[in-house]
Amino acid sequence: MQLSRRHFFKFMGAAGVSAAVLPSSVSAWESKAPPDPYGCLVDLTRCVGCRKCEEACAEVNGLLTPERLNCQCTIYDKKRRPDHKAFTVVNRYFTGKLDGFDKPLPTYAKVQCMHCQDPACVSACIVGALTKDETGTVRYDVDKCIGCRYCMVACPFEIPAYEYDNPITPRVMKCTFCYDRISKDGGIPGCATICPTEALTFGKRASLLTVAKKRLKENPGVYIDHVYGEREVGGTSWLYISSVPFERVNLPVLSDIPSPKLSETIQHSLFSYLWSPLALFGVLGAFMYKSNKVVEPKNKGGA
Amino acid sequence: MEHKASPLNRKFWTPGVLVMLVFMIAGALSIIARFTGGIGYVTNLTNARPWGLWVGVDVATGVALAAGGFTTAALAHIAGKHYYEPITRPALLTAGLGYTFVVLGLLVDIGRSWAIWKPIFNWNTNSVLFEVAMCVMVYLHVLYFEFFPIVAEQFKGRVNLPGILSSLNGFMDMILKVGDAVIGKIMWVFIILGVVLSCMHQSSLGSLMLVAPTKLHPLWYTPMLPLLFLTSAFAVGYPMVVFETTLVTASFKLDSEMNILAPLTRITIFILGIYMFLKLGDMFYRGTYVYLLDGTHQTNSFIVEILLGVMVPWALLLFDRVKNSRRGVFIAASLIVSGVVLNRINVFIVGYKPPLSEDGYFPALGEILVTLGLIATLMFIYRFVVTYLPVLQAPKEVSS
Repeated sequence: MQLSRRHFFKFMGAAGVSAAVLPSSVSAWESKAPPDPYGCLVDLTRCVGCRKCEEACAEVNGLLTPERLNCQCTIYDKKRRPDHKAFTVVNRYFTGKLDGFDKPLPTYAKVQCMHCQDPACVSACIVGALTKDETGTVRYDVDKCIGCRYCMVACPFEIPAYEYDNPITPRVMKCTFCYDRISKDGGIPGCATICPTEALTFGKRASLLTVAKKRLKENPGVYIDHVYGEREVGGTSWLYISSVPFERVNLPVLSDIPSPKLSETIQHSLFSYLWSPLALFGVLGAFMYKSNKVVEPKNKGGA
Repeated sequence: MEHKASPLNRKFWTPGVLVMLVFMIAGALSIIARFTGGIGYVTNLTNARPWGLWVGVDVATGVALAAGGFTTAALAHIAGKHYYEPITRPALLTAGLGYTFVVLGLLVDIGRSWAIWKPIFNWNTNSVLFEVAMCVMVYLHVLYFEFFPIVAEQFKGRVNLPGILSSLNGFMDMILKVGDAVIGKIMWVFIILGVVLSCMHQSSLGSLMLVAPTKLHPLWYTPMLPLLFLTSAFAVGYPMVVFETTLVTASFKLDSEMNILAPLTRITIFILGIYMFLKLGDMFYRGTYVYLLDGTHQTNSFIVEILLGVMVPWALLLFDRVKNSRRGVFIAASLIVSGVVLNRINVFIVGYKPPLSEDGYFPALGEILVTLGLIATLMFIYRFVVTYLPVLQAPKEVSS
């Protein structure tokens, strides 16, 4: 192992300077959420399970017509999840509520991408194929995707789906928030335009929060006193209000901490400007120089 | 310490090699199926369970078990303990092959294998996986550079390619000579870089799951995951060298190299002790011991991991009778290696539970065959390399 003294100090100098200067520029984690995103309010007390939203979604996004489109009974026997063929699905839950004749009352819940304010998938994506747009949409760029599926691991709502049957060019599939529509003036997502009971309300997230809270206040005893998505994982663009506990309709209990906060804090405090690797390089180099200089130069390594 | 690595020049085609070949063919067929029918055709992966055996074993475990490369390099070259130099070459070979197969495993696992180069141009510095990928990519090349002098040592001045390729003999020889000279001068950069890159991505592999707090069982989910991954990689480095050296020397009937390996156990007791302290301390600090007796398969897997994979081998190595016997050290090393393997499997497979979907993942036959096929190919190439290149210590008494 030969160590040229001149090279050695050149490297060490660079490493030392970087180590000394850069940690100060590491700042606390900040949300990257857009300031005034769109959102959609889902009022579970209004949904009647007609599945028109599924139909509209498939049409706008060029997907296959939903399975058993006119069926509103047996389709609900099985709990469905959004997948690569359907970006949104409606499920039926019996949560113990009874009607006037002691018959169980169903609650219907639509599932789709929540378009988180600080999305785990966007933070996780190795190539930045997923981005959070100013409109609030979490968009997917297939041209960057390598198919690592880390977005699917990261998503707390288990939303991104994969084309597992495509051997060469599979895509990640999920709700697009009908970006091509909502990015234009007056555009509304397919599902929200068609909903016959106004269970879906599209608008600016901030005003939807006002609407939601007003509804909770004006109908005492009807709703659970919570707007799901206001603070979950730092807030989501889609918001839910309901008369039954949210975890009963498969909306998970989540903390208010944005999913990416911990890993991004660790990554950036350790690796901003590569200060810690450079410092480690410097320390190891100095150590190596010291521990090897007494030994006469051997025939080069063979590692 | 004299460096007497030499090619073994043994018979290559043994019954064991033929068994490897069977697994390699089965794996190759499964890979063909994956690239014709899709990932879904050969795996049990779902939207709720996007990572399975290939990520948990081929990638995460592969990286962990290749830790012998940078830990022995740090010891022999950086700390200047030249006494250990004879084991750096086999450890380097394991690391180089290990990382090569991590990348091959990734190519099978990612949906768009042909797009694997895209992270080089599309950076997401928020992504833990991006950092891991960059480190693995650079480190793989560092390992190849570190291995170059071994190839040069064998063929420099006697390149003799068959047939029409023989016209390239002079050119190849020049590459070997120039490359060897250049790399020899800057080898120290590669060696330090190898250690730095390893520390970076060994720890970051643990950070991968931090973005999904609701999916990983609390027994494993801790902000300390990166530190635990790093310490366990340090801890498994020498035991892995002991494990493979014992297997290889037994298989080739070489000297056991026990004299070199024995002092490593002292270092292992120390590092494994730190790992055990961190892991148990984390469990008590976060109060996750409340899960220990709930009888689920996840908890049981944790108990096996910490008990058989960490505490038992650590305690075993405290006994002189174990420390001084070849078999004792081998058993302890095997337990430590299995413990780290199980830890990676636990973090990426067993401890992972999608909160909203039913999920009873068990790897499909196709997944298992691909993994076994890759491991068999790795062993096949290892055997090929040590047969024809100066990696292992030549036997002293037997003349070959």
